[in-house]
Amino acid sequence: MADTARDPPPESTDFQELEDGEDLFPEPAATQESGPASLPAEDISTNSNGPKQDSLFDDDPEDLFAEATEEVSLDSPERDVLLSDGPSPAITPITPPTSVITPRIGLAHDDMFTHSSFDEIEEEEGGDSFDIHIAVSDPEKVGDGMNAYMAYKVTTKTSLSLFKTDEFSVKRRFSDFLGLHSKLASKYLHIGYIVPPAPEKSIVGMTKVKVGKEDQSSNEFVEKRRSALERYLMRTVKHPILLKDPDVLQFLESSELPRAVSTQALSSAGLLRMVNKAADAVNKMTIKMNESDAWFEEKQQHFENLDVQLRKLHASVESLVCHRKELSVNTAQFAKSAAMLGNSEDHTALSRALSQLAEVEEKIDQLHQDQANADFYLFSELLGDYVRLITAVKGVFDHRMKTWQKWQDSQLLLQKKREAEAKLQFTNKPDKLQQAKDEIKEEIEELEGKVQQGERDFEQISKTIRKEVSRFEKERVKDFKTIIIKYLESLVQTQQQLIKYWEAFLPEAKAIS
Amino acid sequence: GSQHFSELFCILSSEERHQLRSVSVDLNHDASLLIDIPDALCERDKVKFTVHTKTTLSSFQKPEFSVPRQHEDFIWLHDTLVETEDYAGLIIPPAPPKPDFESPREKMHKLGEGEATMTKDEYTKMKQELEAEYLAVFKKTVQVHEVFLQRLSSHPILSKDRNFQIFLEYDQDLTVRRKNAKEMFGGFFKNMVKTADEVLISGIKEVDDFFEQEKTFLLDYYSKIKDSTAKAEKMTRAHKNIADDYIHVSATLNTISADDSTKVEGRVASDQELKLTELLRYYMRDIQAAKDLLYRRARALADYENSNKALDKARLKSKDIPQAEEHQQHCLQKFDKLSESGKKELTSFKGRRVVAFRKNLIEMAELEIKHAKVSSTIQPPAAKGWVCSV
Repeated sequence: MADTARDPPPESTDFQELEDGEDLFPEPAATQESGPASLPAEDISTNSNGPKQDSLFDDDPEDLFAEATEEVSLDSPERDVLLSDGPSPAITPITPPTSVITPRIGLAHDDMFTHSSFDEIEEEEGGDSFDIHIAVSDPEKVGDGMNAYMAYKVTTKTSLSLFKTDEFSVKRRFSDFLGLHSKLASKYLHIGYIVPPAPEKSIVGMTKVKVGKEDQSSNEFVEKRRSALERYLMRTVKHPILLKDPDVLQFLESSELPRAVSTQALSSAGLLRMVNKAADAVNKMTIKMNESDAWFEEKQQHFENLDVQLRKLHASVESLVCHRKELSVNTAQFAKSAAMLGNSEDHTALSRALSQLAEVEEKIDQLHQDQANADFYLFSELLGDYVRLITAVKGVFDHRMKTWQKWQDSQLLLQKKREAEAKLQFTNKPDKLQQAKDEIKEEIEELEGKVQQGERDFEQISKTIRKEVSRFEKERVKDFKTIIIKYLESLVQTQQQLIKYWEAFLPEAKAIS
Repeated sequence: GSQHFSELFCILSSEERHQLRSVSVDLNHDASLLIDIPDALCERDKVKFTVHTKTTLSSFQKPEFSVPRQHEDFIWLHDTLVETEDYAGLIIPPAPPKPDFESPREKMHKLGEGEATMTKDEYTKMKQELEAEYLAVFKKTVQVHEVFLQRLSSHPILSKDRNFQIFLEYDQDLTVRRKNAKEMFGGFFKNMVKTADEVLISGIKEVDDFFEQEKTFLLDYYSKIKDSTAKAEKMTRAHKNIADDYIHVSATLNTISADDSTKVEGRVASDQELKLTELLRYYMRDIQAAKDLLYRRARALADYENSNKALDKARLKSKDIPQAEEHQQHCLQKFDKLSESGKKELTSFKGRRVVAFRKNLIEMAELEIKHAKVSSTIQPPAAKGWVCSV
């Protein structure tokens, strides 16, 4: 699986394509050290249990996370299960859905992050050395009934010195992934990092699995989820900052993970709600942000447009998947019908040819199914991922607005206090005067600090977003290109297979005398 | 527009037009009477066919001539043939179905409604697809009307039919004649045949092995081919849906990656299935025509048996014996004639069917291969990046 044993490219040349070059990696700049882990302590703590949102949003009556928290606990019976005892010894390995995933889908299964033939060339030029590969595999049902859950094996292969060994595996369940995301989101989103959203929760899908229905649709669900989890992890570790986060490292490496009990499991839906609330809050602000930087306005518009286009594309591809499945069913039906017609036919050679036609159509039906899978796993799921990613990107822009707002608020407050201080001169209670003066001086000092911090925060988040957006766009273009090429290759393969089938049939047709 | 499609049709290469005449075998090879439909005009869903005849027969006034005909004229001709007693022992070629622009019309409607939500590129491509579909329906209907006439011209008996000649030659509007015909026949026979009583056919005690086998075969084959036709049509429809999806997908994809270097072209060829569907549909109707022949023969047999009973009765009562005897003879002759002619017709029908299937299956397979080869190319990065036809 890991074909990523690459030598790191020579520094100078291969970073040409990057706009910001070395900026992508955390540099020992003035205001921060090796990463957000050591950002001003008041904002962030590295405590991995529970999001530390209190300090930054202290003054904010609308604690956005609180909303999300409430929402999530209501809609996740899964989470309640977490509080119960550990897994019962009954472990049922799930048979890979062979009807869904045929050997050819090894294409999709190898996941989009491995390289297709064309990609190799691109990679050389792009100069991305990325020496870590994560696989999510072996879904196993643990337990029975409504307490059951799926455990996945997470295998990391890497040569990065960040890790203790080259290759290691751990077992994780879905809520662990959600827990990881929630921690990362709470630490990084509000300072401008685009944190990849976790895969969608699905009550219906999961229930089927729990109840023990091992049929096509529940197998498909498990595979869909497995694939989504894998993409999620890969995206996360591809982020140079997130890769180094201790929670990520712990997630990948440690055999025992503290159960994400008190962590608010932020589902994508919850995240979306949160972001929407942020957006609403921002819109409700009467003070319009004075955008001194056209870049941000331009980029925001760009992402709005991209959002619309991606949703449209996603819808079209979903329609494609649906129709192709329909075609597959129709082809199978026709094959049967043609076989019956062949039986009915009294002319021997023609009868034989019709039977052969039926066989060809049956094989073609299988091709259609495989293609539908490729449509889905390569294309449709990628688009779904990006629709969610764009939401995260928009959220980050909104956080910048909030940061600006906070800064402005502090400034306003400072202004008021200074005015109050000035007014104090004219008070006629001399005994209390000194005390009041001292108090106000203290407050003013504090506020001045806050204003400075606010300005720094705003500058920092702006800077971070610029980097993030540039990185994001680069990734997106690369992702899309890779997927499209892979997808096209799958289409080509289908056509070539079709040629084989029809070429085999042709002599049969000619043999009719 | 009305001009549009005839121009499109005329533009087709002669090879393409030759390919159209593939449902039945090459019928148009007897130089004494050559018929084709070189042009057709589509005006609001009403199609005007130009029927062109080239002949060496003296029964015609001119050696070469063309007349305009509507679909209803073809139906009139078909019905008069069906209702002609002398042809009761023949398989009358199935009437061409009415031109059906329902599907593309619906699509055009949807296109108009959805125009606002599409990019210019998307809209153009959808429009192209729509035009292609109109053209396909148009081509189909021309072909099927043409084959009908060619079946007649290549039949030793039917080609000499008086009404057929009128159809080909009469340079005025046939509408008046059609109205008269309706009054004359009242569509009696046609209706009877329509309710081609399978019960009657299967119920008759068959004396002839040949017909016994044919009956069994045709009844069974008909239901199977009807089913296959329906299933083939569903396949074709699903393919069309996918083609439409690809248009949207490639258009949106290109919008998104406008500044990237990936460009995808969506163009799905789906007409290879059309061949199969058309073949099946045609022979479904042809077999119906063969069944109709069996039905007429069965009726004649029933009449004959009834006449026997009547003769016995007459003998018993010693009344009207000569009339009864004459009637019985008449029925027997009719029945024998139908049987003899029917046997010939059904035998040649079988041969015709096998040849047509062979030709069509070969052509379909070749088309599939051709299209798959075209579709399976990804061109390496050009100046603007990848271009792939799917």
